This record gives sequence, C-alpha cells and structure tokens, in this order.
Amino acid sequence: MLDAKIPSGPLENKWTDYKGHCKLVNPANKRKLEVIIVGTGLAGASAAASLGELGYKVKAFCFQDSPRRAHSIAAQGGINAAKNYQNDGDSVFRLFYDTIKGGDYRAREGNVHRLAEVSANIIDQCVAQGVPFAREYGGLLSNRSFGGTQVQRTFYAAGQTGQQLLIGAYQALERQVALGNVKMYSRHEMLEVVMVDGKARGIIARDLISGKLERHFGHAVLLCSGGYGNVFYLSTNAMGSNVTAAWKAHKQGAAFGNPCFTQIHPTCIPVSGDHQSKLTLMSESLRNDGRIWVPKKQGDSRKPNEIPEEERDYYLERRYPAFGNLVPRDVASRAAKERCDAGYGVGTSKQAVYLDYASAIERYGRTEASKHGLEQVSIEEIITMGKEVVKEKYGNLFDMYEKITGENPYEVPMRIYPAVHYTMGGLWVDYELMTTVKGLYALGEANFSDHGANRLGASALMQGLADGYFVIPYTIGNYLADEIYNKPISTDHEAFISAEKEVSRRLEQLMNIKGTTSVETFHKRLGKIMWDKCGMARNAKGLQEAISEIQQLKKEFWKDVKIPGAIDEFNPELDKAGRVADFIELGELMCIDALNREESCGGHFREEHQTEDGEAMRHDDKFMYVAAWEYKADHEWILHKEALHYDVIKPSQRNYK
Amino acid sequence: MEHYTMNLTLKVWRQKNAKSEGHLETYQVSDISSEMSFLEMFDVLNEQLIRDGKEPIAFDHDCREGICGMCSMYINGKPHGPWQANTTCQLHMRAFKDGDTIVVEPWRANAFPVVKDLVVDRTAFDRIIQAGGYVSVNTGNAVDGNAIPIEKDKADAAFAAAMCIGCGACVAACKNSSAMLFLSAKVSHLALLPQGAPERKSRVVNMVAQMDKEGFGACTNTGACEAACPKEISLSNIARLNQEYLTASLVSEK
Amino acid sequence: MTWKQMFTSSVGKKLVMSFTGIFLILFLIVHAGLNACIWANDGGEMFNKAAHFMGGNWVPRILEVGLFAGLILHIVQGLMLESTNRKKRSTKYAVNYGNKGSKWYSRSMGILGILILLFLILHLSNFWLPNRSSQGLSLSGEIDLYAKMKETFATHSPVTAITILVYVLGCAALGYHLAHGFQSAFKTLGVHNKKYQQMLMAIGYVFSIVVCIAFAMMPLSFHFGWIS
Repeated sequence: MLDAKIPSGPLENKWTDYKGHCKLVNPANKRKLEVIIVGTGLAGASAAASLGELGYKVKAFCFQDSPRRAHSIAAQGGINAAKNYQNDGDSVFRLFYDTIKGGDYRAREGNVHRLAEVSANIIDQCVAQGVPFAREYGGLLSNRSFGGTQVQRTFYAAGQTGQQLLIGAYQALERQVALGNVKMYSRHEMLEVVMVDGKARGIIARDLISGKLERHFGHAVLLCSGGYGNVFYLSTNAMGSNVTAAWKAHKQGAAFGNPCFTQIHPTCIPVSGDHQSKLTLMSESLRNDGRIWVPKKQGDSRKPNEIPEEERDYYLERRYPAFGNLVPRDVASRAAKERCDAGYGVGTSKQAVYLDYASAIERYGRTEASKHGLEQVSIEEIITMGKEVVKEKYGNLFDMYEKITGENPYEVPMRIYPAVHYTMGGLWVDYELMTTVKGLYALGEANFSDHGANRLGASALMQGLADGYFVIPYTIGNYLADEIYNKPISTDHEAFISAEKEVSRRLEQLMNIKGTTSVETFHKRLGKIMWDKCGMARNAKGLQEAISEIQQLKKEFWKDVKIPGAIDEFNPELDKAGRVADFIELGELMCIDALNREESCGGHFREEHQTEDGEAMRHDDKFMYVAAWEYKADHEWILHKEALHYDVIKPSQRNYK
Repeated sequence: MEHYTMNLTLKVWRQKNAKSEGHLETYQVSDISSEMSFLEMFDVLNEQLIRDGKEPIAFDHDCREGICGMCSMYINGKPHGPWQANTTCQLHMRAFKDGDTIVVEPWRANAFPVVKDLVVDRTAFDRIIQAGGYVSVNTGNAVDGNAIPIEKDKADAAFAAAMCIGCGACVAACKNSSAMLFLSAKVSHLALLPQGAPERKSRVVNMVAQMDKEGFGACTNTGACEAACPKEISLSNIARLNQEYLTASLVSEK
Repeated sequence: MTWKQMFTSSVGKKLVMSFTGIFLILFLIVHAGLNACIWANDGGEMFNKAAHFMGGNWVPRILEVGLFAGLILHIVQGLMLESTNRKKRSTKYAVNYGNKGSKWYSRSMGILGILILLFLILHLSNFWLPNRSSQGLSLSGEIDLYAKMKETFATHSPVTAITILVYVLGCAALGYHLAHGFQSAFKTLGVHNKKYQQMLMAIGYVFSIVVCIAFAMMPLSFHFGWIS
C-alpha cells in the first residue's frame, strides 16, 4: 500500500532529477484544471498563491474570517535556511543532517534533503515579497542560532517571524484573488472529501455563517489544515485549530502517519486554573540566557527570591552539563515533568519550574559596566544596566509574560511548564506530498513527513513554505498532467450528492442528541485523558486505560452532548462539536500508535524504554519505520509500515550530557 | 500578585444575525478569578448559558495570544478593553474589580456589518489588500535575499508597520470609522522597502479607492486609532500614506 | 490619476481641507498683524492706513476673492466630510471611547467650525460688509474702521456685551479648531518625519494660543479702554 516514490539516485540529485523529469501541464490546460486548497496558513496560502500564479483555477477555504488569521501567525522564533551567510560552516547537508538527527532518525532522508535544498529559496522569495526580516547595520540579513544548533542559520523578524511570513504569503494569495486565479472562501469548513472512482474529486464544505452545505469540485484536493495539538484540549494551538479535514480524509482512505509523535514545548506559561482555555508559548530563545531551577526541598512554599542559591537545584545544568539549559525541547520538557512529579514543582499549582533571569541580568550588567569603563558601581546600578540589556533582547516576551501572569519577570523568576505545541504526525504522504488517496495531498503540519519524532526549532515555518512554494507546484503537475483528459465533474454527480447527504445526516445527528453536557466539557475530559496518559511520558498500562476511556467517552459524547442553536445559522458550538467528535476518534488512534511503538524516540517517551538514568531509548532494529494507519471501521485500524532507509546518515543515540 | 474572585454584571450586545435588530442584554457572572483572561470569562458565561438552555454569545477569537487579530470586542467604550497596546484575548480579569459592570459591544462601522452578536464581517480588509497590498512577485522570481541591502532603520520601520494584525480596532475606535491606520500600515510597510517601490504609486491610489468603496470614513487625524491599536501602529504612517498619495497623484500622467 | 479623482477620494478631500486650511492660517497671520496696529496707541492712524491698503488696493482686493473662495471651499468640504463621516456608523456605541483615545477638540472640528462660522457672520456684518457696501466696486470710499471698532466694542450696552462675548467665544473656538487643524493640515500634506511632526505640533499649539489671544484682546482692549 505504501510507496513513498522516492526518486532513485544519489541523495543530493534526487530533487533535481525529479524536477527534470516530472510531467508538465501546458499553460492552456492549467486554466482548465481546478485545485481545492483547505487551510490558508503558511502551507495553504503559499500553495494557493503559487498554483494561482501558474494558472490553475484554485479555490481556497479557511474557517477563520480571513486567511491572515491562520495559526502559522503565532510562530515566534524564526525560520531556518542553509544560506551560510554567517560563514560559520553551514550547508544544505548540515541542515539536512541536523533535521534528521533532531527528529531522532524517524524521518525520510529524501524529503528532508529536499527541504534543506529549497530552504534558501524560501528566504529569497520572502524577502522579495517584502517580508521585513531583521537586518544588520550594513543592510544585510541578520541570523541567530536557535534551539542549540551550532550554526547561525535562523532568519527572524523580532519575535513575530510567523506573522511576517504568513502576511507575505497572504498578500501573495490576495493578489491572486484580485487577479481572479484564486477564489477565496473564508468562514468555510471542509466536512468531507468527495471520492469519484477512487480519486479525490472535491469536497463538501459548510458555510459557517449561513450553515449551508456546499459542493466543490476539484481535480485535486490539497489539505493544508495544520496540526492536531488541540486533541489535548490545552495546547499552544489556536482555539479553532482542528483535525477535522485531515480526519475526514483519513476516513476516506488516507493513511495517518505516526499519530503519536507530539511535540511538547518546554517554555510555556503554566496553567493558572480550571478556567484555562489555552496555553501560551514563550520563545525557546529564552533558554539562551535564562537558568531553569526548582527548590532542592520538596513542596518548598517560600517565595523564589527567598530561596538561597545553595538551596536551588539547576536540574538541567546538573543532569546535562554539556548542553545545560539548551538541551532539545523533548529532553527539557521531560526533565521539568520529572521534577514536578517528584514534588519539587513551584507556584500554586506545583506544576511549574522557574526560569530565572537574575544571573543573566547581573552578567549583562557587569559587561555593560566594563564596556563603559565603570569600576566603582553598586550592585543596584549593575542590575539596572543588566535589565536594560535583557529588555532590549527579550522585552516583548517579558511584557507578554507580565500581561498574562501579572508578575514582573525582571524582579521575580518566571514560572514555566511544558505544553503541547506541534504534532509531527499527520497524514502519510509520499515524496510528492500525495496521501494514499489519489489526488489528495497534504502539506505543512497536516502531513507527517519531515520532522521525524521531534521537530527542531525554526523548522516548521521552513517546511510549510517549502511544501507550498517549491514542492507542490512541481509535484502536482506530475499528477494533473494526466487529468487534462478528465472534464470537470458536475457537482450533481451521485458522489457529491451522497457525500453531502452523509454530512447533513451527521450534523442532524449531532443536533438531535440534545443531551446535557456541553461540547467544552467533553473536550476537557478528552484533553485530560490524553495529557495524563499519552502526554510527555507514556506506558502500556496507561495507554490501554486511555483507549478504553476514550471509547467510553465517545459513547457518552454521542449520547449526551448538548448543542444549542440550529444547523442553518452561525453556530460555533456546532462547529466545535464536529471537531471534538473527530478529536475523540483521533485520540484513540494516537494511543494505539503510542502503544504499538515500544521504544522511546524524540517526543515519544515510553517509560518502559529508558536507560538507567532516565534517558530515551530507541529500538532501531524494530521501529525504524513510519507507522501508517489505515482506517477500517470504528475503533479498527490496520498498521502499514514504511521502512526508513538511512543511506547517507548513520543513526546514533542522541547524547546531550 | 494577589489573586481574587469577583462578581460582575455584563451588558452584552445580542443580535441574531445580520438582518435582525440587536440589543444589550444583561448577565450576571460570579466567582470570576482575577487570573482568567477576558475571553475565558466569556467561556464561563457561555457554559452557564448553555446549561440554562440559552444560546451562547458568539464572539470571534482564535489564537488567544494576541497575534491573529481575530478577537474584536469593544469593552466599556474602548476597543480591546482598558489596557493599552493589548488585544481582548490578552486582557485579564485583574483589570476589573468585584461589582463592576462591563459593557461589551461589537466593532461598529457600516463597513463591518454584524454577523451575529459580537462577530463582525471584516472581509473589507481583505479586499483592501487585494487592491494592492502586495509586491507582485511570482514564486521563483526572487533574487538572493542579500542582493538588495536595506538600511536597518528602514527595515525596522517597515517591520513596525507590518506588525499590524488587521483586527480592525482602529476602525472601531475612529469616530469616522476610517480604515486609514490599517491601510497606512500596509502602504508604509511596502513603501519603505525597495521591493515595494515599483508599485508604490498605483498601490496607494488603488488601496485608497478600495477603502472608499468599502464605506469607511475619511481620516481626520484624531489619533484615536493609534491609542486603540494593540500593536501601537504609529499615526505617522497615515501621514506617510498622505505623502505617498499626494506624490502619486501629482506625478501621474493622466 | 485625474484631478477629479485626486480631490474627491477620502484622502483628496482631506487635501482640500489641508490646502484651504493652511491658506486660511496664512490669512490669519496677516489679519492679526494688521489688527495689531490698534495697539500703536496713535488714535488709529496706523491701523486705518493698513486697513486702507487692504481695502484700497487692487492686489489685496483680488486676493480677497481667493480668500472667500478658499473659505467657502473649506466650509462646504468640511461640512460634507463631517456629514459623510457620521454616516459611516449607523448604529452608535452605547459607551463611547471619548477622551481616552483622542482630544475632544480633534473630534469636534465640525462643531467648532460651525461656531466659528456663526461668529464670522457677525464679524463680517460688523466690519467688512459696511465697508464694502460703502465702497461698492471702487477702491475708494472706505469707512473709518478704527472708529467702527470703537463704536462696536467701546460702548457699554447689552448689545456690546453680547457682541464681545461672541467675539471671545469665537476666538476660543478658533483656538481649539487651530490646535488640531494646524498640525493635522501638515499631517495630511504628508509630514511624517517625527522630528518635523513634533516641531509643527509645538508651533501649532503656540500659534493657536497666541493668535487667538491676540484676536480676543482686540475687542477687550477697546472695551476696557486699554488703548488710548
């Protein structure tokens, strides 16, 4: 069933060869080919714009009121590219190598190398669109290092890189809308993939304002609908981020790849109470200067500033002297959880650790003092100067922290805790980004492809834009070249009618339950099961329990959910109900996948598989494969394995000690 | 920071759909934690309404971290509520005290018709961008990113303008319902960069024409937009737009 | 872009307001300068000479036509802008942003303008109209404007008191109108450089205070006999 279609030949020539040999569609024919794009984040907007430019007839859908709202906008840190502007030894190979290693050897070499190759083009394209990347005084682009890489390859726009890149793609998209090449459907949600003769031929979408169902034909359908972190209820994802589009595709035959690979980001603002609706990420760059600690005494209720230096446990520096506070995300997250579970957590919830800037402030202050040739300076003056430097570097993050918590991080250490941030898993796709359903593609976070079991910082933006700007414009031609013989199918075709009927039936079923429990309550319960049993650390017993709890939850949901309002109107509760229903089903599959993968790798940590000192233990002999799950029936999936071959890189155990 | 709980009276605009009449309705919420965000307080209210068999209040929101620009409440007479440089989703309940009455209205402007309750239609902003808020460069056309050096100050100024999140608070705050701050942020962003230069003149002219067509008012430089802007987009961008417009109209051939 | 387009778009309409506004500001300087001659304390000799130049020379008389044209344009365009802007929000807010976001006078340019217009009608009927009706189309035949001022302001009657009050209020309205209008006109013309904006802002405030106090002092000086 799984053919990854990776071109043969040497790694560095695969993409060039592919581009040289793939089929092309002539311009006159492009006008006759229709492409549907679901989701308008970095992947969707860039794909819609690029395909529109090529002359395809594109229809783009998003559930927000404007494509500019997609959650790509929230990415803070930056975007990687192998430009080697800093002359510090970066190269396409090194970016490729770092990404494979960072993913703990669970990604495809061919895909990742292509990603590294096109990374440089992305920067050029974005600059040409007017994305205001940070620059040096000489007028050239500035870089920083990110996520503990040894080279400076991250391009950024203050702490708002995702926003600027998305606005760039959004503007390119709006330009195509103005030119009539793309038709935009905002406040629309895709609720079904329409299949004709085994190929994806369109979608059923719901106009979220009027509640009406619409049929849309496309020679190909692209899902760019993002990740499914909201299955955990609390995550750094936007409130509306959902798995529905991908899940509908999955149920129509698209295999789901590595669903259990979830990234938990170590530096988020902790939960403040039961009312919490989402979590906010604080850029990873904070770990460059901040020191992470907990009290040495369990349940210490003193205020942080009252705890003397010798009674603090800088546990990352203690456990990982080589990398210290800069260990990768998965390692830092697990270490925080370990301390909190052992009773050393801080704050009212005891589910937090300190991220302390006191020593950085003092260090910067001293540097400033010596820079200005000041010798007789009081510690207060040093601290004042140090705060200025820290403000310059991290001011916006500190402000954000203060807004949310009401605490001043210049005076009191910040409290942080890991939170669900990104999902490496997603729809299984081949080298051409096509799912196991013909004509159905998945791009960006919605696919499983490039990050293996753990994503490195500043590479999500890179992947989304690589897929949309530089991969799909080639690979889709290879498919559509043969489609020119197929006339557009009327939306009165039987397949469209029955698909719409099915969607309509499901909506009515939801509305007719008229139970007693709100959608939100079910979502929270699902989130708790997932976080407790399929979160940062997983074990067989917990996962088995989770599976049966989720099955139970699903039954309850379909019996007792309460949805106010009607179908034929603007009804956010109904929208949410549909999404939560899909999350429940996905949650079960995630647990099944996590149970199946009896090893620890990247973001997936099975407690049974760890070294004596608590580090992750991979089992390459048994699990060097992509787990692609085929949907059969309710609670029933078939596992297909795509073996991963490392021809160029030799997998090794990651070590940050 | 001391945490406390509070009881509040909320007066919220309810309107079934674009065609129906709306009115302010009064609700009581209790035991609201000072640590909640404003929207979480609304979540609590909505859960309460659902429990009571009433329709929850529709409001726009998505990222809840102050960057997507989707949230849009006009709280006690100010877009995004009492805090400066803030979005509704980042407003926290410690801004209020026990016993307060809070009036929540949708953005009001004819160019932003109400969809339902507090949700308005802001697609006019998209159409303004369609009129010219871009650089016409097809994918693959780009030269090397470092081929055109850009003065750091200019790049920074362009970034400051590009920070606009398109939430529409400027329109909501303006007595004329003018979209000039939004428009000028985009015009400035692209006018400051060499990449935007070739289309500089047509861009400003077409975007202003589109803004007028959408039914926004004219700017009278009161500065209310700047004061309400969650991203502190500067009013001087409007002056820059004016300059761009004047130059474009004076040098045009027709 | 055609001229029509240029001046009828929302930005173009503002350009009209800005051009005419700055033109009127220049007129105010001339007017205030001329009127300041009353403080020469020479029984109005210098003042009447200056006034004679304005009324008895064809150059200022032609410019006067331009002045009225500018004034009318400013008024008509201003009122139209105000009324169209008001129509852009059919449903009003229950609670208003008010002074939290902007100065009251920047939001009240229409009202302030109307107040100034009312004052202007009185002012013109006090001085300009009698003078021009005495002159007709010729350049001679002016009345003694200094004496006219004395007659209007120096007597003690309820009518005088009301007139002076209207003048002082008119000047106040003008002051606030200028406090916003001066700097706004330059912003509309495209001055976006922070340094110049701040400078123009300061000049604008000083100008509006000084000019308006100067104008208000004129009737008061006559009334309270501060001029010999």
